[in-house]
Amino acid sequence: MPKDVAVIGVGQSAFVRGYPGSIRELAFEAFREAMLDASIGVKEIGASVVCSAPEYDRQRSPSGLIAEYLGLNPQPTFVIENVCASSTSGIRAAYSLIKSGLHDIVAVIGFQKMSEISSAESQERMGRGADIMWESPFGTMMPAYYAMHARAHFEKHGSTERDLAMIRVKSSKYGMLNDKAVYRGEVKLEKALNAGVVSSPLKVYDCCANADGASCVILANRDRAVELSPKPVWLLGLGAATAPMNLTGREALDGLSCARAAARQAYQMAGLQPQDIDVAEVHDCFTIAELMAYEDLGFAGPGKGVDLVRNGETYIGGKIPVNVDGGLLSKGHPIGATGGSQVRTIVLQLRGEAGAMQVPGAEFGLVHNIGGVGIYSNVIILGR
Amino acid sequence: MGFERFGRKSFTSQTKVAAFVDYLDKGELRATKCNNCDQVFFPPRADCPNCLGDGMEWVEVEGTGSLVSFTQVNYAPAGFEGDVPYILSLVDFGKVRVFGRMRSDVPQEALKVGMPVKAVICRLSDGQVAYEFLPAR
Repeated sequence: MPKDVAVIGVGQSAFVRGYPGSIRELAFEAFREAMLDASIGVKEIGASVVCSAPEYDRQRSPSGLIAEYLGLNPQPTFVIENVCASSTSGIRAAYSLIKSGLHDIVAVIGFQKMSEISSAESQERMGRGADIMWESPFGTMMPAYYAMHARAHFEKHGSTERDLAMIRVKSSKYGMLNDKAVYRGEVKLEKALNAGVVSSPLKVYDCCANADGASCVILANRDRAVELSPKPVWLLGLGAATAPMNLTGREALDGLSCARAAARQAYQMAGLQPQDIDVAEVHDCFTIAELMAYEDLGFAGPGKGVDLVRNGETYIGGKIPVNVDGGLLSKGHPIGATGGSQVRTIVLQLRGEAGAMQVPGAEFGLVHNIGGVGIYSNVIILGR
Repeated sequence: MGFERFGRKSFTSQTKVAAFVDYLDKGELRATKCNNCDQVFFPPRADCPNCLGDGMEWVEVEGTGSLVSFTQVNYAPAGFEGDVPYILSLVDFGKVRVFGRMRSDVPQEALKVGMPVKAVICRLSDGQVAYEFLPAR
């Protein structure tokens, strides 16, 4: 089990609708919290990796701006972008920078300010995160792509709209406990089932909340981590994979092949099995995405994810607690910040600092972060 | 030039496979086939990732396919507001899969995963051209 690179600091802004500040100020909120958490100064940071999807704000090449505002000149910086999986891809890059010996400590900053454009414009941009030549001309958007996966899963495995609604009920329960979540309201089963249809069979509460937000994860090599951190959390396994962007290239729509491949790599690197994981953060941009993640990560067999849902096994106290911070569904999904926020949640869990959301005694945690509709996947396993 | 005429709103104008739109004008839905290794591609492509060749010929997507999945979109992204609701579909024609819309007069209640579907060419009122699907009877 490799213990070469550790998380020594985590931070996250509140995820909100309509952040009343600029992107640099938003990024600073997460950075400040992570730096205070790590108890280090800016000169200790060897390089920064800035993660954000383009076209939500007007800044081009945001890494230069963010590095300047965070006081991280003259250290090197660059942008990593894999839409919704940007900041876990940034963590993968930072891991490589550290493991190679190029840098001792690297800060990964993810941000997204989505509220400067309308919801319809946001959907159009997300739609163009798929094949703009052969799919976008039909008016595609993320809910539609995931809805087609939901229909395929229903048909093949007998899952239902009620199963998906139960996933949202769970997220809302934990979102109510998370003071950084954008959606703090309770969602009861009937409310979820009776909500308007966005893209059949997905309804309003099957879809995550767009939000403005930032996250920051500070990584260090073994020596610096042991020196600086009383509770380093180690990156034990990293997996990453891709699948065709265009749906025509997918073998099946009842799961995400890139997630399965990334999970295999991460488990192998960590020397762990799905049943060893004590708490997981999965990419629930839509309820169906969480259901598919249960199966793609091996928490349930193919088509058996509904058993975890129906038996409440993904709540705290269940077999495998998932998204007990509210997930993307309730905590919110500021694209470039999401992966870093997922890692922060798991780090707090493994340190025993997750408060009301704590899974008692959690030793190993897993992050599953997907970019686009299963185009990019990162699976990261962390441990104490 | 030419590809800007594809679909409700095209985001690409120049491509080596713009002849796809000319075939749509003639009422034909075409894929490309690699002259060297015979692999058939939809969406059409100019280059073969299997043998790295760039010799392609146009072959027709014929017959009926099987409906892999579908969804009725009720809230459109910017630029597509006038079309809602519309049904996006993925259809498996055996050698290739094709992504597109169901014809607007087909209700989603008439659809079932696995049912036979055919592709037809359609002209939009503003001169754009596309293809769409219909249940095959």
